[in-house]
Amino acid sequence: MRFKTFTSPHMSPVRSVHRVMRQVLYGLLPGTAAMAWFFGWGVLVNVLLAVAVALATETLMLLLRRRPVRPFITDLSAVVAGWLFALAIPPLTPWWITLVGVAFAMAVAKHLYGGLGYNPFNPAMIGYVVAVISFPREMTLWIPPGTLADPAFTFSETLGIIFQGQLPAGLTWDAVTSATPLDRIQSGLGLGQPLGEIRDSSPFGFVAGRGWEWINLAFLAGGLWLLHRRVITWQAPAGMLGALFLISGLFWLMDPAAYPDPLFQLFSGAAMLGAFFIATDPVSGSATPRGRLIFGAGVGLLVFVIRSWGAYAEGVAFAVLLMNMMAPTIDQYTQPRVFGQRARGQEDRG
Amino acid sequence: MSTRSYRRIVADGFWYNNPGLVQLLGLCPLLAISGTVVNALGLGLATTLTLVASNLSVSAIRNWVRPEIRIPVYVLIIASVVTAIELAMNAYFHELYLILGIFIPLIVTNCAIIGRAEAFASKNSMPRALVDALAMGLGFTAVLVALGGLREALGQGTLFAQAHLMFGDMARGLTLTLVEDYRGFLLAVLPPGAFIGLGLLLALKNAVDEHLERRAARRRTAMAEQPQT
Repeated sequence: MRFKTFTSPHMSPVRSVHRVMRQVLYGLLPGTAAMAWFFGWGVLVNVLLAVAVALATETLMLLLRRRPVRPFITDLSAVVAGWLFALAIPPLTPWWITLVGVAFAMAVAKHLYGGLGYNPFNPAMIGYVVAVISFPREMTLWIPPGTLADPAFTFSETLGIIFQGQLPAGLTWDAVTSATPLDRIQSGLGLGQPLGEIRDSSPFGFVAGRGWEWINLAFLAGGLWLLHRRVITWQAPAGMLGALFLISGLFWLMDPAAYPDPLFQLFSGAAMLGAFFIATDPVSGSATPRGRLIFGAGVGLLVFVIRSWGAYAEGVAFAVLLMNMMAPTIDQYTQPRVFGQRARGQEDRG
Repeated sequence: MSTRSYRRIVADGFWYNNPGLVQLLGLCPLLAISGTVVNALGLGLATTLTLVASNLSVSAIRNWVRPEIRIPVYVLIIASVVTAIELAMNAYFHELYLILGIFIPLIVTNCAIIGRAEAFASKNSMPRALVDALAMGLGFTAVLVALGGLREALGQGTLFAQAHLMFGDMARGLTLTLVEDYRGFLLAVLPPGAFIGLGLLLALKNAVDEHLERRAARRRTAMAEQPQT
């Protein structure tokens, strides 16, 4: 969409969906690279597969809805949705889960609600939640972080696992996979182990999970670049990370043996990815500046609640979807005052 | 009463005023029990039976019940009918009864039933009330079974699983396995699958209606043009 600008010497950047989405993709690159470094070729295969499925489903739905295909395909929104889905799933997820999740995300969560700009829920997160709920076993198959210099599986082995479900000879799933740091903490605390003992075990690094802390740092870097480019605003990430930091800090101070420290929370799982790339979704998130702050804070609180007391070890997707439901209400009560108008509720007396 | 009006009652029950697809009544059992075809069929037939008994009784006493107390009277009738059906199911289809659980006694609160008593049976003769009960009940059952089939096929890859609960041991072979080694799609089995499935069925019905209407409109214009030529 282009708006004409009149009078005054403005320097206005051309803001199209395509441009914004392209910059979001650039912002995702460091985090994606970090994930590929630690988890191997599977991450890149998943990204390619998910993007291909997203584009195919988008084209199909546009044709079914008799909408022009070219402008909507080239706006890259489907690419971003597929990419985000691929970053959320384990690196060796079988291909059919990606197919089901992304196709559901694009067909049901996006196009049945009216397409780009009308979806009340974040499509990528809907796809992820559908996959997590429907295929709980396959969606926990995370592998311990290695490095791409010395990957756990070669490229062809990765393809074999993802597309044919065949592990290299002599290996079993139990030997290959390991719990993520968040999983480890949740199950360890459930067994009554003290937190210090859990943290001494293998999957942990300096502040959070080994590998995971660097991945989150890379997503943070990409997110800060997006902020710098003014593709996103600061309110939603600040709200989410701030709320997560405050609430987890509070509980950590009260009982350090039962609650991980706030830095661990910020650099674990999908915290940074969620804060900068998912909670900032302009369509399904809140639209007003104050609203975004509240929206982000809600996501942060829910993430802590789900991580601490929920059935799932990571809760970013559920938190975002729950707050998506609240977004219209938040918007209604946080509309900025128009200059010269009284605030809401004072009009009658005025 | 002409056969034409009976046909209208039947068409209303199955399509134009279907309790599941148009009135959207009785959604609680519709969404909760439509996990498999057999469960859906069991609950649908129990609901139909309740509807027949309650519609007949309400229609029979419609001239003696004072309007001020009609709702409590209907509730009493429906509750006693459901209690009888619950006991009967417990006796003859015990395993199915255990699966359907709380949803058998909850037929009492199915608004479709008291809705038909109030909207139809209390104003119509007994034969008409009977036809209405059968049409509405079987229409509701049809939606339940369609949704149950959709969810069972997607969720477990089978159809008519556990058919012996309803039809006895002879029916064990009735189970169709659509996909061998199906890994299961839990979303369809869980409650969200019911909501999404019902939404898709509603969309399908609306699409069919729209298509029929467009065809009827085309035929009307064709007939209107014909005499002039």
